[in-house]
Amino acid sequence: MTKKVIEIQGLYKDYNTAAGVFPVLKDVNLTIDHGDYVAIMGPSGSGKSTFMNILGCLDRPTKGEYILDGHSVKSLSSNELAKLRNKTIGFVFQGFNLLARSTLVENVSLPLVYAEDQKELRTKIAKNILERMGLGNYFDSKPSQISGGQQQRVAIARALVNQPRIILADEPTGNLDSKTSDEIMKIFDELNQIGNTIIIVTHENDIADHASRQVRFLDGKIVEDRRNKKEKVEA
Amino acid sequence: MFFSMLSEAWHAMSANRLRTFLTMLGMVIGVGAVILMMAIGEGAQQSIKRSIDSMGSNLFVILSGSSSTSGSRSGSGNSSALNINDANAVGDLEDIAAIAPISTGNAQIIFSGNNWNTSIIGTSPTYFSIRGWNVDSGELFSDADIRSANRVALIGKTVAENLFGDDIDPIGKTIRIKKSPFMILGVLESKGQSFDGRDQDDTIIVPITTAQRKLFGNQIPGSVRMIMAQANSEKYMGVAEDAINDLIRQRHNIRENAESDFSVRNLTAMAKTASETAKTMSMLLGAIASISLLVGGIGIMNIMLVSVTERTREIGIRMAIGAREKDILLQFLLEACVISIVGCVIGVALGLGGALLVKKMIGAEILISMQSIVLAFSVAASVGVFFGYYPASKAAKLHPIEALRYQ
Ligand SMILES: Nc1ncnc2c1ncn2[C@@H]1O[C@H](COP(=O)(O)OP(=O)(O)OP(=O)(O)O)[C@@H](O)[C@H]1O
Ligand SMILES: [Mg+2]
Repeated sequence: MTKKVIEIQGLYKDYNTAAGVFPVLKDVNLTIDHGDYVAIMGPSGSGKSTFMNILGCLDRPTKGEYILDGHSVKSLSSNELAKLRNKTIGFVFQGFNLLARSTLVENVSLPLVYAEDQKELRTKIAKNILERMGLGNYFDSKPSQISGGQQQRVAIARALVNQPRIILADEPTGNLDSKTSDEIMKIFDELNQIGNTIIIVTHENDIADHASRQVRFLDGKIVEDRRNKKEKVEA
Repeated sequence: MFFSMLSEAWHAMSANRLRTFLTMLGMVIGVGAVILMMAIGEGAQQSIKRSIDSMGSNLFVILSGSSSTSGSRSGSGNSSALNINDANAVGDLEDIAAIAPISTGNAQIIFSGNNWNTSIIGTSPTYFSIRGWNVDSGELFSDADIRSANRVALIGKTVAENLFGDDIDPIGKTIRIKKSPFMILGVLESKGQSFDGRDQDDTIIVPITTAQRKLFGNQIPGSVRMIMAQANSEKYMGVAEDAINDLIRQRHNIRENAESDFSVRNLTAMAKTASETAKTMSMLLGAIASISLLVGGIGIMNIMLVSVTERTREIGIRMAIGAREKDILLQFLLEACVISIVGCVIGVALGLGGALLVKKMIGAEILISMQSIVLAFSVAASVGVFFGYYPASKAAKLHPIEALRYQ
């Protein structure tokens, strides 16, 4: 019944810097099943974000295969990648990355604009999802008028608005206190329970404990890949 | 989709009002200048065309005085070298259809306490057919009036208005020119400005014999100030001009190499030159004004480049959530176009206002054609697309990750 969503085979990523070619990912192999909940860990600079960006179709690997839903991403045009980012993958950034000038509703409905939905529909969906995130009173606020935890909820709402099957989050709680982090993680837990595939980068063990699988990077390679014991329910 | 992008463009522009305004100002001034210059240029062309049409076709004017002094001496016409017999001889030339001898002067005219100073033309009835001039009311004078030197007059519209106002019908009324009474036979239809800028309706026309005997008494009998001659066709204007020159030189016994004591002007050719000059002028004005449009366009490009750099992160975010290259391209292109088109609308309004002001202040004729407005709009839109394209494509080609990392 489990189905592979993501298959990474012999993946390399180099950056061209002034000092020369700088390899960041070296021969990464990973398979993620539909509905999995993966935490990616590892020291700073080990290539976690680089890896996530490739998973999120924001960047292309230097070498190797990325097979998403059975199709190699390599051959896709930039328009097709944009469509994947829009519909299939929801990306949550550490720095929220909201549009400062736009209201929360506008921010959340932006992916729907590029999906070419009608305006009334967009607003309805965005309001609905913001309400579920507990932001019903802030529809017309600007991101600068709400707290960091609330901003991250908006960013998650935006990532979810097109109902993507895969949710990628790069240190979603990196800028938040532990109580707010817990609240955010509850959202991811729920999303996983309704069947979404979730991949989350974190430095913290108790965040990683929410996941059912932990993958550890070191110096551009995967050095550990293990399943969590299913005891975290009581935690 | 397009509408929401348009409203986004509007949003982005209102986020930086002063900057948007200043950028727009370049377009406003450019478009305003083009509209104004075209209005003035086309107005000048039109007024010249109208006065040419009012002049009559295939015309020569033969003036007394030599041509080498370029008309400044001959302009006074006091040498009285031409006479009525010269005129009749010219009329007998093969290529000449009609002639009219003309004597001119100025005089004070009085009608029941109203005074008006105007030019007096003494001529024959052929003058009206040559110039294609008719009466608005009343009737023209006839050859019989010439023969018996009757005291009859035709008055121009301007004279009629100033002497009689709106309430009195001038026909049959008696006016006094240089104290002698003249009966008004008719009021001439309006001719407007001549192409040297005189009001052709500010005139009184009387039989030439009457003028010579009773108004300009100090002249040599039979002399005329000038002769107006109409050629059979435009094609033979050159031949006719040579024939006139030869004929009058012969009649005046002028030796081979001596200067003529008269000059022949081809009014039709002069009018053509004038209208071509006006056309060139108006094109030149338009061209100069277009340069400011170009400058406005460069201003847009400049500000769009700044805007793309400033909003790099925003572009990255948009790409990360599914914006395609063409969405980003369209977004920035639209912004450039909105700036230039809104600038254009204001510019057209300002240009029209300026044109009306010019008309009011210096009385120059202006012509606002739909064409020039359509032209201004299409130029503004192309300027927006042309100068907006490079910045927009720069934005669209950004790499999502690099854009997101941009500080
Ligand atoms: N665009 C780039 N150009 C050059 N080098 C880069 C670029 N992006 C990342 N790097 C380098 O690649 C390495 C891995 O970066 P990455 O952001 O993937 O690390 P990370 O594991 O996410 O670290 P952190 O936990 O601090 O976020 C770093 O040494 C970084 O300097
Ligand atoms: Mg990172």
